[in-house]
Amino acid sequence: MEKAVKMKSRELNLFYGNFQALYNINMDIEENRVTALIGPSGCGKSSFLRSLNRLNELIEGSRISGEVFLDDSAIYEKGINVVELRKKVGMVFQKPAVFPMSIYENVAYGPRIHGIKRRGELDEIVCRSLQSANLWDEVKDRLHVPARQMSGGQQQRLVIARVLAVQPEVILMDEPASALDPISTARLEELIAILKTRYTIVIVTHNMQQAARVSDYTGFFLDGCLLEFNRTEELFLNPRHNKTEDYITGRFG
Amino acid sequence: MNGIIGGEIIAAKQHNNLEGKSQFLQTGRWERGWGFLWKSKAEYISESLVEKLLMLSAVVSIMALLLISVFIFSRGVPLIAKVGLGDFLFSLEWRPTQGVFGIGAMFIGSLVLTLASLVWAVPLGLLTAVFMAEIAPPPLIRIMTCMVNLLAGIPSVVYGFFGLVIIVPLIRNYLGGTGMSVLAGAVILGIMILPTIINISQDAIQAVPREYKESSLALGASHYQTIGRLILPAASSGIITAVVLAMGRAIGETMAVVMVTGNAPIIPDNLLAPLRTMTSNIVLEMGYAAGDHQAALFATGAILFIFILLLNLVLNSIRRAGKRYAGN
Repeated sequence: MEKAVKMKSRELNLFYGNFQALYNINMDIEENRVTALIGPSGCGKSSFLRSLNRLNELIEGSRISGEVFLDDSAIYEKGINVVELRKKVGMVFQKPAVFPMSIYENVAYGPRIHGIKRRGELDEIVCRSLQSANLWDEVKDRLHVPARQMSGGQQQRLVIARVLAVQPEVILMDEPASALDPISTARLEELIAILKTRYTIVIVTHNMQQAARVSDYTGFFLDGCLLEFNRTEELFLNPRHNKTEDYITGRFG
Repeated sequence: MNGIIGGEIIAAKQHNNLEGKSQFLQTGRWERGWGFLWKSKAEYISESLVEKLLMLSAVVSIMALLLISVFIFSRGVPLIAKVGLGDFLFSLEWRPTQGVFGIGAMFIGSLVLTLASLVWAVPLGLLTAVFMAEIAPPPLIRIMTCMVNLLAGIPSVVYGFFGLVIIVPLIRNYLGGTGMSVLAGAVILGIMILPTIINISQDAIQAVPREYKESSLALGASHYQTIGRLILPAASSGIITAVVLAMGRAIGETMAVVMVTGNAPIIPDNLLAPLRTMTSNIVLEMGYAAGDHQAALFATGAILFIFILLLNLVLNSIRRAGKRYAGN
């Protein structure tokens, strides 16, 4: 059964000054699915990811043409509330940027920003988010210790819990496992499999096996173009483009 | 033995340095084998000479500090012992010609003036630092940095002169009194410590990892929420450092303070009253002081010295706490 399209890009071009980072990207991201973006370094996959919650705008001199839709609203339209957009489209970065505060405060940061003040409500959100991120059992007795004392894998799951706490609809992940050991990576992948029942996930990864394991759809980027986009099995078993085949079999990149 | 080890290290370095190799090829030295990789005796002698020179410089600097402290304390401490530390620090009677030495008024004066200048300079400097680190466009940042550094470079006597000619008459005409007052001192001293506060807080704010800011924005926080709830708390140990360093500068400042504060050795009861700081006390009376009087001035210096030492200790513990909190 085909699911609804959650986000889509149409003829999306992205420029940094005179450099064009993305060329005419058309992609449909289906709801409650994991979409993986693969490709060699500098191919534009992270830039594409960042254009889905307008985080690319932080870079001085970036311009965009074309459109990106969340549900049916164009997110680059004038008058769109960027804060609301980023609340709905959360992001997990490559390096877990755990804030220098306690575990509890890290998770409560987003809800507090969005005006939730009552302690009881915050407690409940923190608890629920940590449970959803598979972290609750490991940290429930030390919620008020500095979060930077956690292990790398725990930090990455904490960052995910922090994103979940603002109740997003889409979660963007930029190489979330690249700094993790194999066990932490496995736990993260399990988590992604659980999260996709409730959220739409887009993940950038350098790891082919990871893309094959966790995703339903895979897009292959090369030199700023979306060269191939298909169901993951299809793309890995019968790549239509020989460049895709070269890349996934490890002949370049 | 030394020569061989040195040579091996250089050989290892050269091995990885293709550019160096091609240079040797061009100069023809390569063909002479590996001999050039060993240092000559002359090179060794000059190296050890440089080493000794550096060592000597370090020792001289440290010796200067040691000599000054020994001198100050050996002259000052006996007098403090004679008067008693409590009386010396807290007695308000300063009649040096009659042998009564209490620097209470000056002690309080230094603290009051420092606090009065911090009260307005810290908020202003911090807001300026936030503006420069987070909001101002790059060309404006360059201009402002340049101006702040200029502000830091103006000699203190010029600040004092400015205060005497502009601030003191303003206060006299609009607020009353002689104008030589706590207020005049706080205005001038505040301007003087602004560069310290701005520069160090700005560095601290800019040292907050970019990922924090991006993560916060990606959670839907506005730029100002991010500054207030994440960036400033994350930079807090640096900002406190800035305040403590500014405090050190304010306590030690002399020239400008002497010129605008009136220098009466009494505890000021309002902002328009004159005061005298410990530094002013030394500079005002050193010209004619002798015997116990001179020793009392040295003792004042010793108290200042200890004050600065304590501030440094506070600074170190802030830095350690900051590192612990960051968890690195």
